[in-house]
Amino acid sequence: MTLTEIRPDAVTDRTIAGRSPWQLAWARIRTDKVALVSGLTVVLLCLLALAAPLIAAWNGHDPDEQFRDTGITAQGLPIAPNGTFWFGTDRLGRDLFIRVLYGARVSLLVGVVATGLAALVGVLVGLLAGYYGGVIDTVLSRLMDVVLSFPYLIFAIAVVSIAGPSLTATIGVIAFYSWAAIARVVRGQTLSLKEREYVEAARSIGCGDLRIMFVDILPNLLAPVIVLTTLLVPAAIVFESTLSFLGLGIVPPTPSWGNLLSEAQGFYRVAYWYLGFPAATLLLTTLAFNLVGDGIRDAIDPRMERLFSRRGRRNRRDRRDRRRRRKGA
Amino acid sequence: MLLEVENVVKHFPITTGLLVKQTIGQVSAVDGVSFDLSPGETLGLVGETGCGKSTLARCVAGLHPITSGRVRFDGDDITNLPRARMRAYRRDIQVIFQDPYGSLNPRRRVGSIIADPLVVHRVSRGTELRRTVQELMERVGLNPEHYNRFPAEFSGGQRQRIGVARALALRPRLIICDEPVSALDVSIQAQILNLLKDLQDEFGLTYLFIAHDLSVVRHISDRIAVMYLGKIVELAGADELHEHPRHPYTNALLSATAVADPDEAERRRRIILTGDVPSPIDPPSGCRFHPRCPKARERCSSEEPPPALRDHLVACHFPVEAGEDLTTSGSGGRPA
Repeated sequence: MTLTEIRPDAVTDRTIAGRSPWQLAWARIRTDKVALVSGLTVVLLCLLALAAPLIAAWNGHDPDEQFRDTGITAQGLPIAPNGTFWFGTDRLGRDLFIRVLYGARVSLLVGVVATGLAALVGVLVGLLAGYYGGVIDTVLSRLMDVVLSFPYLIFAIAVVSIAGPSLTATIGVIAFYSWAAIARVVRGQTLSLKEREYVEAARSIGCGDLRIMFVDILPNLLAPVIVLTTLLVPAAIVFESTLSFLGLGIVPPTPSWGNLLSEAQGFYRVAYWYLGFPAATLLLTTLAFNLVGDGIRDAIDPRMERLFSRRGRRNRRDRRDRRRRRKGA
Repeated sequence: MLLEVENVVKHFPITTGLLVKQTIGQVSAVDGVSFDLSPGETLGLVGETGCGKSTLARCVAGLHPITSGRVRFDGDDITNLPRARMRAYRRDIQVIFQDPYGSLNPRRRVGSIIADPLVVHRVSRGTELRRTVQELMERVGLNPEHYNRFPAEFSGGQRQRIGVARALALRPRLIICDEPVSALDVSIQAQILNLLKDLQDEFGLTYLFIAHDLSVVRHISDRIAVMYLGKIVELAGADELHEHPRHPYTNALLSATAVADPDEAERRRRIILTGDVPSPIDPPSGCRFHPRCPKARERCSSEEPPPALRDHLVACHFPVEAGEDLTTSGSGGRPA
């Protein structure tokens, strides 16, 4: 084979397919093992939460059923994990595994619904503030500042003392706290995006404000919103647990990870599983959501460099080497 | 007249203060510009970066409100119309933007970008819309099968063709081309310019063509207006302006254009202007060009020359005569 030999088929037999930014992001996230494993964990948790009644029906343990004969010792203490009670039992002899599963339903529901609401409000407010500017921006931005500077527990206590603790109140309180963070990011992005030439082009065509905001600007700021929302879900789950732990969120007997932890407080010396399993599940869930969020961020914005990622380390090393070579030369 | 621009002024206020805005000065980006365009004509608008040509284009297109002056389209006054009423005129006035990368939304498919004007003005929909868009793509030299691609999958020249197709979609009468080729390679520039010319012949378009390269403008324009610091300093037929430039600034600009003929290039002498373009926040008194003009005299710094208007007009107290050599007349700069 000579060097001048040309293989035209080498070029033509490979079809070059165009890929959308989302397809590219998917291709990148597929190579990110941490994000994939975390993503699977999240999916698995969601499936388990959805299937909780099925699992309860299968092993015959209702979440509120008290097993006074088998689920509690003669001294009235919870029993350790075994073949019947996989996570052990609680102080009333209820199956902790089933209760953790049912708790996941509440926690995930609150996390996802509250964050979804927050994202909806945040995107709308941020878009309006960033796009219109002026008085609208000033008013909405100060509103965000006010919300972000509220002492959240005092606010939650106030709300609960008026409305009483419930699922809706919990979701409301969490959504009220999360939207401002999203609105700020969206506002900043909108400020920069509205100066783009394609927005000006849209105006010159005669597009209305709404069309420009939702067709031209929104798709371009979806990436940071998705990342931020995935990172806010675990925060909302922890928030819900905190509220429930303090008795301000989900009311027993409905299990949630927060009130499971709260009930287990007095038993950590005698029954490690009582505190350990709900806590571990909470930790695993928040960790998985956070890592998925990080993975999505890396996939959507490959320019961003994380301090501890392999790519970040490699790029920093390359830069350092180049600097050294320049100095040496 | 299709378009009449009368004494258009655009000032951008410079404000300070966090809550209560205070105006501490203003940038006079466009300062009293008048010209008109007859149907089917191309008016070239040249000038250095920052002389206000793009601002002028945006004012004419109704994208910036005008500080004072008047814009008439087909006899109707369209100065600072409210958005709802301006919409009707947007069908007739379209804009092609400078940056083929920035002017197309990266998250939208090409087909939907080109269809935008048709959808917004409810011209067509469904399969008819798709067919119209594909016809447009074919007309501007794009493969209609690339309907579903993203802008990132096209080269700069192809992207500018997308911009042309979008501007053409509503069959406008006036297209404002804001430096449509300055971001492209020279070989691609010619393709786009020829495309614009062909489309003009086919659809009877009128162009307001903005560029900072005189040779590009000469190729496509019937008349050329030269802008300096927010004012038109000279306006003449394209060939007339090239053969008998009368404003010292036009002379300097022309001496800086590249020529293909090496003998011609040998004979030519550059007129090197001293200094920088003064700030439009605080423009010079009298003739705005006087601090850099090789022919400037006392009068130029005190008295503003009358503005350039129809035919060959030049805003200068001492226009350059035929055969005059500016490289030797004075050292370049105002008399101390």
